[in-house]
Amino acid sequence: MAIVIQILCSYLATLGFGIIVNIPHRALNSCGLVGVLGWITYLLIKGANGGTMLANAVAALMIGLSSIFMARRLKMPMILFNIPSLVPLVPGGQAYKAVRNFAVGNDLAAISDLVQVVMIAGAIAMGFFISELVARTYFRITIRH
Amino acid sequence: MIENGADMARVDDTLTRIARNAGINNPKIFETTTGILMSIPEQSSAQVEPIQKRTIDLEKVSLVNQNSRAFQDGQISLEEFRDNLVKLNISTPFFSFWLQLIAAVVVSVTLMIMYGGSSEDMIATAFAGGLGYSCYYLINNQLKIRFVSEFLASFLIGVIAVFFVHVHLGIQIGMITIGGVMPLVPGVPITNAVRDVFAGHFLSGMARAMEALLSAGAIGMGIAFVFRFL
Repeated sequence: MAIVIQILCSYLATLGFGIIVNIPHRALNSCGLVGVLGWITYLLIKGANGGTMLANAVAALMIGLSSIFMARRLKMPMILFNIPSLVPLVPGGQAYKAVRNFAVGNDLAAISDLVQVVMIAGAIAMGFFISELVARTYFRITIRH
Repeated sequence: MIENGADMARVDDTLTRIARNAGINNPKIFETTTGILMSIPEQSSAQVEPIQKRTIDLEKVSLVNQNSRAFQDGQISLEEFRDNLVKLNISTPFFSFWLQLIAAVVVSVTLMIMYGGSSEDMIATAFAGGLGYSCYYLINNQLKIRFVSEFLASFLIGVIAVFFVHVHLGIQIGMITIGGVMPLVPGVPITNAVRDVFAGHFLSGMARAMEALLSAGAIGMGIAFVFRFL
């Protein structure tokens, strides 16, 4: 039951953010699917004790690869699918804790939270980077042969 | 015209493609987030196109992309292409404010649940997200300064969260605030910053990272204000 709620929520959240940044109507549905895929990947790896960083990186990688696929299929720019799907991965909780601890004057805890935020952001960027690399190598190989 | 939230590699690609098809063999293009510089080697003058405002409208990006591809395939002429661009710059359909508001509420509530919030906080989060986003939208329409509207919106979200918990309509201030702030997250600058840097456009990448950082800072400041004084 919980997993159904998670899937539904991630679909709706991705769709909602897609509407906020005004992506074309035609892309909304596939965008939601990419978002669900990313979030499920994140949950699975986190559930299997993979750690937050690995979960974020692999989820970003999945989002990158599937948005390349969607971009090819619908002939639309890749960022249309990337941006809304990445939103659930944003380290909102840690950033919130960091801000609260800074405001309260608990600097040490705040810095540890901040380091977490930066590391998660780095992990997401890493996953993204790998997906871009894979895409570029793949296209280079397919174009040559 | 192309600066509605596209990444630099795409801008570069599109411009080069347009120029090639317009019969220019060797266009020299340099672009940053604040301006495009383009010159044709055979001619002595270069064209500079500054970009003053930056909005986020991915539908425009997608339409420009489609048009430039059609132009490349020879389906439309240069004049038609120009007309299309002017037309789509004025009249690209934008989702109405109410639909955006509903979307913001949906984003807030669903993300709050995804992060493990309880269902008792749903109403409070919906209010925080909806009012926060409309505050951001309205002030941004009037002032055109993103950071100010983000700051005020996140401050409002914080106040709403504290208020709802105070009158026992919500439990966790943290969850309500996180959910409410989510629609304001600068997703486009963050993603584009990463893509630009990896594509070798370091200048734009850094500029965009700065933009994202400032936005995040503004949101954080708004929330911090609430904690400091309430």
